[in-house]
Amino acid sequence: MNETFNILWLQSGGCGGCSMSVLNAEQPDFYSMLQLNNINLLWHPSLSEASADEFLALIKSIEDGNTRLDGLCIEGSLMRGPNGTGHFHMLAGSGRPMIDVVESLSKKAKYTIAVGSCAAFGGITMSGPNPGDACGLQYEGKQAGALLDENWSSPGELPVINIAGCPTHPNWVTETIAQLAMGDLAVEDLDSFNRPRSYTDHLVHHGCPRNEYYEFKASAEQPSDQGCMMENMGCLGTQARADCNTRLWNGEGSCLRGGYACINCTAAEFEEPGHSFTQTPKIAGIPVGLPTDMPKAWFVALSSLAKAATPKRLRVNATSDHIRVSPGQKKDKES
Amino acid sequence: MSSGSSTRRILGPFNRVEGDLEVHIEVEQGVIVKAWVNSPLFRGFEQILHGKDPADALVYTPRICGICSVSQSVAAAQALAASMDITPCPNGELATNLILAAENLADHLTHFYLFFMPDFARENYSNKSWFNEIQNRFKAQTGKAAREVLPARASFLHLTGILAGKWPHSLAIQPGGTTRPIESQEKVRLLTTISAFRVFLQEVLFDGELEQVSALTTEKELKEWQEQHPNSDFARFLNIADDLALSELGGASDNFLSYGAYQNEGEHLFKGGVWQQQAQALNPDEITEDISHSWMNVQVEPKHPYFGITIPGDMDDTGYSWCKSPRLNKQVMEVGAISRQMIDGHKLIRDLVSRSGANVRNRVIARLLELALVVPEMEKWARQLQPKEAFCLPAKMPDEAQGAGMVEAARGSLGHWLRIKNGRILNYQIIAPTTWNFSPRDSDDKSGALELALQNTYVGEDKNASVIIQHIIRSFDPCMVCTVH
Repeated sequence: MNETFNILWLQSGGCGGCSMSVLNAEQPDFYSMLQLNNINLLWHPSLSEASADEFLALIKSIEDGNTRLDGLCIEGSLMRGPNGTGHFHMLAGSGRPMIDVVESLSKKAKYTIAVGSCAAFGGITMSGPNPGDACGLQYEGKQAGALLDENWSSPGELPVINIAGCPTHPNWVTETIAQLAMGDLAVEDLDSFNRPRSYTDHLVHHGCPRNEYYEFKASAEQPSDQGCMMENMGCLGTQARADCNTRLWNGEGSCLRGGYACINCTAAEFEEPGHSFTQTPKIAGIPVGLPTDMPKAWFVALSSLAKAATPKRLRVNATSDHIRVSPGQKKDKES
Repeated sequence: MSSGSSTRRILGPFNRVEGDLEVHIEVEQGVIVKAWVNSPLFRGFEQILHGKDPADALVYTPRICGICSVSQSVAAAQALAASMDITPCPNGELATNLILAAENLADHLTHFYLFFMPDFARENYSNKSWFNEIQNRFKAQTGKAAREVLPARASFLHLTGILAGKWPHSLAIQPGGTTRPIESQEKVRLLTTISAFRVFLQEVLFDGELEQVSALTTEKELKEWQEQHPNSDFARFLNIADDLALSELGGASDNFLSYGAYQNEGEHLFKGGVWQQQAQALNPDEITEDISHSWMNVQVEPKHPYFGITIPGDMDDTGYSWCKSPRLNKQVMEVGAISRQMIDGHKLIRDLVSRSGANVRNRVIARLLELALVVPEMEKWARQLQPKEAFCLPAKMPDEAQGAGMVEAARGSLGHWLRIKNGRILNYQIIAPTTWNFSPRDSDDKSGALELALQNTYVGEDKNASVIIQHIIRSFDPCMVCTVH
């Protein structure tokens, strides 16, 4: 057996939801996945036996170079406040601000991994006035350079790997760590925000079951309506980079399948869209924020054509909470 | 804070709690005489919410906590619904209860198998007759039980994949109901998912019917059941509890609070109220938060959460935690499954508490009992869903309003208090379950529930000391990220 790939998982200014999500991993479950990929979880705040002094001894052993650390997984924003002291998150029992511990360990770990949008970019904890002076590991929102500077790279010669998402899909996390363990993740496998392209080369729009409504601009008007949620309900699925509708969550779910808008949670600064999350901002009746790589004039022209051609089936069903008109009914009769 | 003959110790971090926790204890002749509980992480959600569109609370507040995410959602949706003076439609209410129950029961299961039991598999207990079996089954990360529990938990949470898109952090729960209408074939899938979880609980956790567990009424009946079902994980725990006298560990105020759990057509499945020697009605106006021992600023005297202020101050000597001190009519309250079942009047819990109070053993029993009590209710709720009828009512927020959302998360009473002005959030205050249980002292110098529970505990000088403290801490199933938020 090869040497194990040793990972350490720490949480700071976040909700712990990415850890809870990773426990949703299936076929195999999280523990089996680690074992089958020869990954050794040195410590995780929710899952390990070691507490208090035993854990602090492990941190020291890594810092002293006595325990090899291959992957440092950080979940949650880094809390720099108040006034740069880091006192908004002191690592219990140690008297040390968590940001000091993270910075110190990132020098030792072959790779540093941000699990979730908080650790990647600052995320939800940065919203509003950013009371905690929170930031991500290597990004403060869209701006590169945060706790670790813009050009920082780990001893394994990669920048912080940003597994963004709020929360992350369990497999984004497990597969990225397994790729690192195999030595199979290179800089080319990361996008411009250092997110794994394995899931950010896709759009949330791909595989959305409401695609037909989208094509005909048959739009939902209120929660529980069946239509496309882009025009009125704030859905950013056509811009959001993730494979949520082809990989699926908790068996057969996704935000759009759950009947609510994609809020683009894998993106930096998703937490401050500048408008209400669930209402599409419009100028002269046209939604702001159209699909990223489509010329606006084309989109507007196609939309008006599509609207004119919308079958009654889609028009009726779009604003209903269940299917009223089935496909194939000759005269589009309502049931 | 220390005297001549005593020693002061700082303990932490405690893992297998959600979030970060530090505890200071003063020990005299092997006994904890005083304890101070510190929540060392502050994020500032109350400031984040100020000035936002009220509907956006449904995006922000679930992200306070990844393990109580749906509870936060439900509390926010209820606060918004109260502000709009609407109630959700019947399907919406049933679906909300199903999603909330899925989270609460998954949390009870996670707590028992992944957070609480692994402490008995530590080398500290290697001289115990039960050690080999328990280590084999519950050892952190390698124990056999987790390999059965994780797939069962993940399959059970498919219910959230169907009804709520995903877990955690769903936007499906709205003031008027839920966003995901279901068809009758999906109702079949929901029922199958719940039944599969029932089978798992009956085979692995209880080795018996859920209804048999729910029907237990006295400590004596529980003892008989324990002897008749030795191959259940429940009995394994009860045997350890007997051997280590866990019913003598971790008693607190024995004042219990519950807001009432699982609302349906104006009634709660587990009714809300207060227990102080006897059942009493809850007057929510008597809830206040005090910052005398918090590192908080601005607010001078204890305030009702509608008017509370959460602004961090200096980490000066008067405070020792980011947590505030919620009190009900100046009294320290304990919240959680044991409080819910005391107040609702479950006979077994009333009998156990009348004999030994709230303690490490009884808190765990109450949680496992809820698994047995709630799954059959979920089966009923799923059957009552009407696929062709509405799941969500339209709703409009007035420019000026206020409302409260008071729900029961797995770990106890969760409240959101919302005031709206000019169509924006003027004030949003949150009191989470562990804010109650792990609060610091108040202006009357009254300790919080965990501080009380640690007092008078014999820890000696031996290496078991911190394990005993850990049993007490984890018996509350703390969620530290909710506590301060």
